[in-house]
Amino acid sequence: MTAVPNAGAAAPDPAAATTPPAAGAAAPRLWAPYLLSLPALMLFGGLLVVPLAMTVLLSLNSFGFYTGIQDVWQLGNYIDILTDGYFHEVFLRTFRIAVSVTLLSAVLGAPEAYVLRRMNTPWRGICLLIVLGPLLISVVSRTLGWALLFGSTGLINQGLMAVGLIATPIEFMYTETGVVIALTHVLVPFMVLSVWASLQRIDPQVENAAVSLGAGPFTVLRRVVLPQVVPGILSGSIIVFALAASAFATPAIIGGRRLKVAATLAYDEFLNTLNWPLGAAVAVLLLLANILIIVGCNRLVERRYKQVFE
Amino acid sequence: MPYLVLDRLTKRFGHWTAVDELSLTVEKGELISLLGPSGCGKTTTLQMIAGFLDPSAGRVTLDGTDLLAKKPSQRGLGIVFQSYALFPHMTAAENVAFGLEMRGISRAERDRRVADALALVGLGAFGDRYPRRMSGGQQQRVALARALVIEPSLLLLDEPLSNLDAKMREEMQVELRRIQRRVGTTMILVTHDQAEAMALSDRVVVMNKGRVEQIAAPQEAYDRPASAFVANFLGRTNLLQGVVRHEGGAPEVVVAGARWPVGAEVPAGPGVITVRPEKIVFVPEGVPGVVQARVFQGTQWLFEVTTEAGPLTVIRQHDGQPLPSESECVSLGWRSEDMRVMAGTARAGAS
Repeated sequence: MTAVPNAGAAAPDPAAATTPPAAGAAAPRLWAPYLLSLPALMLFGGLLVVPLAMTVLLSLNSFGFYTGIQDVWQLGNYIDILTDGYFHEVFLRTFRIAVSVTLLSAVLGAPEAYVLRRMNTPWRGICLLIVLGPLLISVVSRTLGWALLFGSTGLINQGLMAVGLIATPIEFMYTETGVVIALTHVLVPFMVLSVWASLQRIDPQVENAAVSLGAGPFTVLRRVVLPQVVPGILSGSIIVFALAASAFATPAIIGGRRLKVAATLAYDEFLNTLNWPLGAAVAVLLLLANILIIVGCNRLVERRYKQVFE
Repeated sequence: MPYLVLDRLTKRFGHWTAVDELSLTVEKGELISLLGPSGCGKTTTLQMIAGFLDPSAGRVTLDGTDLLAKKPSQRGLGIVFQSYALFPHMTAAENVAFGLEMRGISRAERDRRVADALALVGLGAFGDRYPRRMSGGQQQRVALARALVIEPSLLLLDEPLSNLDAKMREEMQVELRRIQRRVGTTMILVTHDQAEAMALSDRVVVMNKGRVEQIAAPQEAYDRPASAFVANFLGRTNLLQGVVRHEGGAPEVVVAGARWPVGAEVPAGPGVITVRPEKIVFVPEGVPGVVQARVFQGTQWLFEVTTEAGPLTVIRQHDGQPLPSESECVSLGWRSEDMRVMAGTARAGAS
């Protein structure tokens, strides 16, 4: 904006221009990147950095049932969480679910991506659409759909009993198993897309080269293809883990009120107990744990497969 | 007894025939080039031998056994791919060792043979490097060592030098030839580069549109091309329109007024004359023409001359002799053994 009147003023009367033209031209060029990224910076600042900072500050306040939120600075909430077995259980459950979902997604998603890549054109598109399907459905209706399937008289239990695999219904509702299955269903597409991207980068002749050297199909997969898609599996795992650990709707509906994870715990603290500082502390700890685990795993695998990542 | 026999090998993709009844016999220890423009079926042929494509018809026998009956992983062929296809997550030594590992060879034996193979291609000190840390030429050598270390009964090379720069390519040509002499492996080289094919091979198979045009030693194919296509593809050539006459004495061909004797087997009528640019000289009397352009190329001069019989490219050595300048009228001639005469018209022959 500032550049336009400057240039307009300098053009009609060069003698009146007090600043050299070079400086006038350099200033907007210097500011351009900042001006261009300003909308994005404002978005990040306003919607991420500021609320995050406020949450951290809130988590340091104290709360009393009769006094409400006290504007004091202390670490009481964190000490409560770190010393109370109930919170340990919730956090452990959260990460147990997240790890299971990540492993399941990798086990299902990586072969799925490999098969998809080898398909021919009409089928590949159709199957890809089916894989991405869960992302197109609202999280609430999808989860309620799972609830219908999961019930003791639901389709899954009736089917399994009809073929005689089980005698009594399996408990899916309000169990970790149910949450893991429902979360895996929606998060597998992220793994498929991520592995797909790294499969695209593999030279198709590399598999032929391994075959010509005497490797069977399984050896080719294990020794040649798999090590090269590790980066894809890793980045897919990061996305899946982060989304699974912070998932709210699915654990809330399938897990119910008793089977709490960190996200539903924070929600309850905020909206039921009205203990905002404690809820904020839970949220901050969830974020920190997430970051630590993801960065740690990333480092570990990157070091192991250094050559593939470069 | 021939070592490798391709018997009427054919590959069709739908209605399109990529390789049409290709027959070829290769002796043990020979280096054969499949040479042709892209889409001529040379790579398809190689892939059928390797087992990555199933032929529509025909047979392949190697050393008396039916190759097509075996799975690609059981054929024991060494293959060097155009993209090298090295395993990026393995070091050079691990890449080379892979084939030996698949054969269940003991660790000590493996290490020894890997070291030998890397030394053979001049990469003795690079065993610990990852492919990404190597130049194109070095990667090429690793791919070669990886294919050779399994002591293949046949080595297939698919455009192995096309990704290298010109200088590196020449070095690798010499290197390949040296290695081939040393290990004596039978090799089939696929290339679109006629200079590469001629530099390396014992015989070249010139292919066009899925068919074999000529199978001959490089020099023979160059000097006595079997068709206008071969003449054109193997180096530069000039196609001229002339007339073959049989009446009155010995048969002769007339090109824009100049005459050459010609073999009796060429039928009378219009004829296509092919003659190499470097075989044409400026003579006092011959085919008249006008120099359109002349270009200095360091060791030689290149002339574009228009004549009645068609445009001609002439190459003369830069050896200090006086040469015509642009837009000068000249006469061109060549020895009768340097030209080939085929019945037909130049336009049809060139297409």
